[in-house]
Amino acid sequence: MTFSVALLLILALGVVAWLTARGKAAAFATSARSHSRPGHHGWYVALWAGVPALIFLIAWSATVPGLVASETLSAPAAVQLPADPMERSAVMAEVRGIASGELAGGFHPVSEQLAPIYRSATTRFGWIGFGIAALLALGGGAYAWFRLTPSFRARTAVERVVMIALIAASLIAIITTIGIVFSLLFESLRFFAKVSPIEFLFGTTWSPQTAIRADQVGSSGAFGAVPLFWGTIFIGAIIAMIVAIPLGLMSAIYLTQYAPPTARKWLKPILEMLAGVPTVVYGYFAALTVAPALRSFAATVGIPGASSESALAAGLVMGIMIIPFVSSMADDSIAAVPQSMRDGSLAMGATTSETIRKVLVPAALPGVVGGVLLAVSRAIGETMIVVMAAGLAANLTANPFASVTTVTTQIVQLLTGDQEFDSAKTLAAFALGLVLFLVTLLLNIVALGVVKKYREAYD
Amino acid sequence: MNAQNFADAATDSTAGTERDIKMVARDVNVYYGPKQAIKGVSIEIPTDEVTAFIGPSGCGKSTFLRTLNRMNDTVSGARVEGDIRLDGENIYDSSMDVVQLRARVGMVFQKPNPFPKSIFENVAYGTRIHGLASSRGEMEQIVEQSLKRAGLWDEVKDRLNDSGTALSGGQQQRLCIARAIAVDPEVILMDEPCSALDPIATAKIEELIHELRGRYAIAIVTHNMQQAARVSQRTAFFHLGHLVEYGDTSEMFTNPREQRTKDYITGRYG
Repeated sequence: MTFSVALLLILALGVVAWLTARGKAAAFATSARSHSRPGHHGWYVALWAGVPALIFLIAWSATVPGLVASETLSAPAAVQLPADPMERSAVMAEVRGIASGELAGGFHPVSEQLAPIYRSATTRFGWIGFGIAALLALGGGAYAWFRLTPSFRARTAVERVVMIALIAASLIAIITTIGIVFSLLFESLRFFAKVSPIEFLFGTTWSPQTAIRADQVGSSGAFGAVPLFWGTIFIGAIIAMIVAIPLGLMSAIYLTQYAPPTARKWLKPILEMLAGVPTVVYGYFAALTVAPALRSFAATVGIPGASSESALAAGLVMGIMIIPFVSSMADDSIAAVPQSMRDGSLAMGATTSETIRKVLVPAALPGVVGGVLLAVSRAIGETMIVVMAAGLAANLTANPFASVTTVTTQIVQLLTGDQEFDSAKTLAAFALGLVLFLVTLLLNIVALGVVKKYREAYD
Repeated sequence: MNAQNFADAATDSTAGTERDIKMVARDVNVYYGPKQAIKGVSIEIPTDEVTAFIGPSGCGKSTFLRTLNRMNDTVSGARVEGDIRLDGENIYDSSMDVVQLRARVGMVFQKPNPFPKSIFENVAYGTRIHGLASSRGEMEQIVEQSLKRAGLWDEVKDRLNDSGTALSGGQQQRLCIARAIAVDPEVILMDEPCSALDPIATAKIEELIHELRGRYAIAIVTHNMQQAARVSQRTAFFHLGHLVEYGDTSEMFTNPREQRTKDYITGRYG
């Protein structure tokens, strides 16, 4: 309550500071030659009035619950509280509910005694925070206000604040990534404390069900992830790429070398639209249309082990999904080959297709390879299509008509439904996630390196 | 008016000299979309001499050069009218195969454009696509001979497998010339071949042009009038898409007939 009032007050003070400081600066700007424009002076004072107070307010609102809780617990009535931490926190939750008026009465008698103490502490700390924030806003504004002179370098200071804000924005993505890596890493370490990394990385049996009762059958829990890695590579890096590389490359060649401008204008956006189709849509296309068709084909031809969920169905559809990635990367690299190279070949009497085969594609190859690696990294991280079409059986097979499973499918399986976060079954998901993350990271680094090296060659 | 002038010029300057003529252009017009870049140009390219095309930027000299091996076909919206003959054959006739035409009329570009392949493969490129060598030995012989003619052999003979793009600018341009002569063309078109090179590399290319004269008909576009005077026997002066004057280089530079040629050569504009 006091928090939102304080926020509004700070914003209002900021606006006032901006207007008055700008007015002051405008007044002296007419008489002397000022270093900064009046707007910069306005922003300088407004930032001093607003930013320190806002930072304090955020920090304060994070510490207040702790202060209130410790004050409540140090009250004489709190000695009756149960010693067990879980019961204690249940009582505290009741206290909070009664204090905020959400609950009419507590299950535990102590909570009704503690509620008024809690409420008064909340109000008191709220007002203390409000007061300090207001003082900071006024003090900061006044400090900045008295520094304003025609020679004061307000512009430099404001520009520096802008730069700091931009740095902070870009750091958020990086810090989040690091946070994700660490959370994966710690959960994986817990997993590897239960299952040896050797078994995980090189074992060939995957059966993550662990026994709940001793007499359960077939739930020994085996965590050999090789069938999952194979399934992922088989679908994402082999079948999908067999589809996507030739089709993507050929469409890029047509679009850059043969297509008249009008055709290019229409075809390129349509192709790129493929990348915008939600993967779940591809997933049901794979599961409902492609997979049954492949199974009946396999049954007709007499291929053994054909399943209604097959590596081929998922891989084919994933390949179609990846075409725009390969195509647009190849398109960029072919277009980046200098026209003089093309002219040189044509002037030798080479035909267009000879020029493409012998000069353009070899020259564009590093870029194309980079694009393919990026596409692979996307394909092996792809989840929805394989969840819907590839199946769950951890088979170690090279038969494309058989059902295989992938790393992402298993992560989904392990983490949906009710979980206990101390079993190897659940923690295995994090280890799988870590492996997937490391592999895609490596692929991306290599791909970007290849693309960058190639770009330098022609600049 | 230009056709008339040209007719006079042609009769004047060729009087008394018998020349073998390799290529003949009559009343050539080139359009880029609605814009006319070349206006009624008629010219003869002699077999055993170097012909220089000079003129201010945008006068159409490069455009005209590119019509001689139909490189303008690759520019969308370009249209060529008129009659251009190579040994009496109309090169814009539907029976003329552009692939064979370009094997007979080679081209060297303004900026050296070796392929990102080895030096050997660069020179062997044309020979391979036209299937001119029947064995590895023959291919090696063609590559060596072409590099020798281009004056590059001694500099690269020990590193034929290095990338062509790793050579210096002047060496790259001589590599491109070697690449062009490897398919044994009849005509070599050079589009400002020295404009991206330093004076020493330029001198080497000019020397090379001297040596190639007589073996190939050569047409060279240049911005540099001293270069035109040094390397060519015949000079054509283009202005605003017209061929203003065409004649013996020595006569053109000492005693131009047209006022515009005189102004350009003496540096009044351009």
